[in-house]
Amino acid sequence: MGRSVLHDVIITLVVSALLIWLLPLMISTYTLTVLVIYGMLGLSLGLVWGFGGILCFGQAAFFGLGAYTYAIAAINIGESTLPMILAVLVPAVFAALLGAMMFYGRLADVYLGVITLVVTLILFKFVNSTAGPQYVIGNARLGGFNGIPGFQTLNVPGDPAAYIWGDPYFYVCAVALVIVFLLVTWLLRSSFGRIAVGIRENEVRMGLMGYDVATRKTVLFAIGAAIAGLAGALFANWGEIVTPNLFSLGQSAEIIIWCIVGGLGTRFGPIVGAAGLAYLKFMLGQQSMIDNTLVLGLILVLFVLFLPRGLVPAVASLLNSIFGGTKRKPKPRRMRRARHG
Amino acid sequence: MAETVLETSGLTMRFGGVTASDNVNFKLKARELRCLIGPNGAGKSTFFKCVTGLLTPTEGHVYMRGQEVTGWQPHQIASLGVGIKTQTPNVMDALSVHENIWLAARRFYNVVEARERADSIIDRLALGTIARTQLGQLAHGERQRVELGIVAVADPWLVLLDEPAAGMSAQDVDRMTEIIHELTRFAAVVIVEHDMQFIRSIAQTVTVFHQGAVLMEDNVERVMSDPQVRAVYLGKKA
Amino acid sequence: MDLSFVILVEVLYGVASLVLISAGLAVVFGMMKVINLAHGEFMMMGGYATITAVGLGVNVFVAMLVIAPLVVGLIGLIVERLVIRHLYGRLVDTMLATWGLSLVFIGLATMIFGNTTTGISTPIPGFAFGGYQVNGYNFFIIIVSIVLVIAMYAVLRGTRAGLIARGTMQRSDMAAALGYSPDRIYMMTFFCGSALSGLAGAVLAPLVGLVPTSGGAYIAKAFITVIAGGPSLIAGLVSSATSFGLVSQFFTFAISPVIGEVALLIAAVVLLRTMPQGITGRFFKGKL
Repeated sequence: MGRSVLHDVIITLVVSALLIWLLPLMISTYTLTVLVIYGMLGLSLGLVWGFGGILCFGQAAFFGLGAYTYAIAAINIGESTLPMILAVLVPAVFAALLGAMMFYGRLADVYLGVITLVVTLILFKFVNSTAGPQYVIGNARLGGFNGIPGFQTLNVPGDPAAYIWGDPYFYVCAVALVIVFLLVTWLLRSSFGRIAVGIRENEVRMGLMGYDVATRKTVLFAIGAAIAGLAGALFANWGEIVTPNLFSLGQSAEIIIWCIVGGLGTRFGPIVGAAGLAYLKFMLGQQSMIDNTLVLGLILVLFVLFLPRGLVPAVASLLNSIFGGTKRKPKPRRMRRARHG
Repeated sequence: MAETVLETSGLTMRFGGVTASDNVNFKLKARELRCLIGPNGAGKSTFFKCVTGLLTPTEGHVYMRGQEVTGWQPHQIASLGVGIKTQTPNVMDALSVHENIWLAARRFYNVVEARERADSIIDRLALGTIARTQLGQLAHGERQRVELGIVAVADPWLVLLDEPAAGMSAQDVDRMTEIIHELTRFAAVVIVEHDMQFIRSIAQTVTVFHQGAVLMEDNVERVMSDPQVRAVYLGKKA
Repeated sequence: MDLSFVILVEVLYGVASLVLISAGLAVVFGMMKVINLAHGEFMMMGGYATITAVGLGVNVFVAMLVIAPLVVGLIGLIVERLVIRHLYGRLVDTMLATWGLSLVFIGLATMIFGNTTTGISTPIPGFAFGGYQVNGYNFFIIIVSIVLVIAMYAVLRGTRAGLIARGTMQRSDMAAALGYSPDRIYMMTFFCGSALSGLAGAVLAPLVGLVPTSGGAYIAKAFITVIAGGPSLIAGLVSSATSFGLVSQFFTFAISPVIGEVALLIAAVVLLRTMPQGITGRFFKGKL
C-alpha cells in the first residue's frame, strides 16, 4: 500500500509539472490562472458531493465568502498572509455551523438542496443590498452590487510591498491546486475518507456500525467549504475586485455542471470539467453567434441524459477496454490473498 | 449468575392511535440466545427498532448492561459494542466485501488491526473468493452473510438480528446457524424471526409477541406445543 | 383604517403571488415527484409570449390568460417528451437536467429577444384610497390566484381526470395496474403544470421588467414554497404561501423589502429544519 501511495504522488507531481510547464505555451497565464482556480472550486464540490454524497447547491456561497473575507481582511490588515488564512477558516466555520444544523436534523436530498440554495440566495441578496455607507467592516465598505475593489493583493509573506502577480501568480495558484489535490488524495485514502464513502453508500448502516454520521458529514462539508474558500481568495486576487455575483445561483449551477461533466466520484473529473468548461465558456465569449449560457445548458442536459457518470470515468473505462484491462485492479487482489492464503 | 445485558421496562410505542408495542418487559442474560416470534404485526420489529435506537419509544426504558440507553441514537448504542442487523440487507453496495467489513472493524480498532480482523472474519465466513467483489454484484444469501460479518467483526457482547434467515437457501441457513452459535460463545443474541424451522434448529428460549405485548416466554418446545401460541399463529394464517 | 386596508391588500397580494408563482411547480412535484428547475424560465417564457402577442395586436387579457398558458404548455410537452420522461424516479438527475434546460431557455430568449428589459404596462389603473395610492392590478392577481386554487380543487375533487390524477399521486403502480398509462398521465400533468407556470409568468409580467434571466427570481421562491408545503398539493401550497407571504410582508413593512425577502428565506430554512416533511407532512395530513 505504501508503495502505491508513493507511486500516486510521483505521477501527480510529474503530470502537474508537465502541465504547468506546457500549458502556458498554449494559453495565456492570465486565463490559465482562473482555470486553475475553477479547478480547485470544482474539486471542492467533487469531494463533498462525489465522495460524501452531499449535494450542495450552494458551493458558490463558500467561494464568495472566501473572496469577501479575503478582500475585507486585506483592506483592514494591509498584507495578504493572514487574510488568506481567514479566507479558508471563515467559510469552513460557516459551513460547519450550516452543516451541523442540516445533518443533525437528518436532512437529505432535496431538503439539503433547498437549504443550501436558500442560504446562497440570502447571502447574495444581503451583500447586494449593502451599497449604503453604513455597511462597513473596519475600513472596508461592502459596496453592495458594486463590490469591493482596491484591496491589497497577494504578497510575499512578511513583505507587503512584494506583490505576486502575472506569471508568478499563476505558478502560485497551480502549486496550490497540486497541494490541495494531494491533500484530498491523502484524505480519501485515510480512514476518514473511506468512512465518508461508506456514509455516501449507506448512512443507516454506518450509523448501526457505531459511526456518528452527522458529525462526519459536517466535518467533510466544512473541509469542502475550506477548499472553496481558498479558491475564492485566489479568485479575488486574480480579479482584484469581489462582487456579489460570486454568490449567484449561476455560479453554483456552473460548479455542479463541472462535476457532472467531469465525473463524480473521481478526483480528476471535477478539475478537468471545471477547467474545460470554463475555457469553453471563455472561447464562446469571443463570438456572438451562439449564446454561451445555451451551450452550457445543453451540455448539462446531454450529459445527464447520455453520460451521467461524466467524462473521466467514461474515458477511463474506454482506455481499460482498449488496453485489455491494464491489470491494475486484479493484481493487488491476488497479492493480498496470497499473503493471507 | 450471569449479568443482565439487555432489559426493557414498560416499553411502549404508539403510532397515532395504534399501540405497536405495549408495555414490554424483557430481560436478557449474557451469552443467552433468544428468539422473538409472533405473527405479522405482533410488534417484534417495533420492539427491535426501539431497542436499537431506530425509534424512540413513547414510554418506558431500555437498559444495556445497566446503562440507560432510552432515546439514544443508533450509532451511540452500536458504540457500546452492540452488533445490529436490520431486516433488509443493509450494506454498502458500491464497496467490496472486504471494505464493508473493514469499515465495521475500523470503528473499534486501528487500521492494521481492523484489516487483520476483517481478513480473519472473511475466512471464517468462507467469503475469501469474493472478498474483492462489490456487494451489489452478490446474491442475497451472500449479502446476508456479509452483513453478519459486519455485525460480528467488532466482537460485540450483544447482537440484535432482525430476520437473518429471510430469503436464504437451506444451505445458507445451515451456515448462518453455525455462525450464530459461534457468536453466542461471547455475546448475547436476540433474533427476530418468522421461520419456525430455523427457530427450532437454533433457539432455547423463545419470547412470543402478540398484539404488541409479550404473550409468553418459555422453552422452545413448550412454546411450540402451547395451544394459545398455536391459536395466535393459526388464527392469523387462516 | 386606510393604512390597515392598504396593508391587508398588500399582504393578500404577497400570499397570492406566491401561490401563483408556485402552482405550476406544485402540480408537477405533487403528481410526479419531479422538481422542475426550469420552472422560472417557463414563467419567463409566459411573459415573453404575452408581450409578443400584445405586440401583434391581441387583447392583453386574452394574451395573458389563454395564449401564454397554451404556448408554455406546449413547450412543456416537448420538454417532457424529449428529456423528463427518460428520468422518472431519478429526483436529483431531473433536477440537474431541468437546471440545464433553464440555462438553455435563458440562452434562447437572449438570442431571440436580446438582453434588454422589456415590459408591458399594467392593464388596470391604480386608484387612490384615502391618503394612499393602491395598485389596482394587485386585486387582479389576488382574484386570479383565488380562482386558480378553487379551479384546481374542483378539477382534482370533482372530475374523472382529477380522480385518476389523485390515484396516480398516491400509487402510480396501482393506477398503471388499473389500466391508466402513467406515461400519458405524466405527460398531461406536465402540460398542465407548464401551462400554469406560463399563466403565472404572464399575469406577473406587467409588474416586472422582463429580461431573459427573470426566471431566477421566481424559481427559488417557488421551490421553497412547494417543498415547505409538503405532500398535500393544495393544502400545502396555500398553507406555505400564507406563512411565507405573512413573514415577508411583515418584514417588508417593518424594515425594508430586501429584509422581507431575506426573512422569507430564513423562515424557509427554519421551517424545513423543524418540519422536514413540510407543513402538510405534520398538519392537514391526508388533505388534497
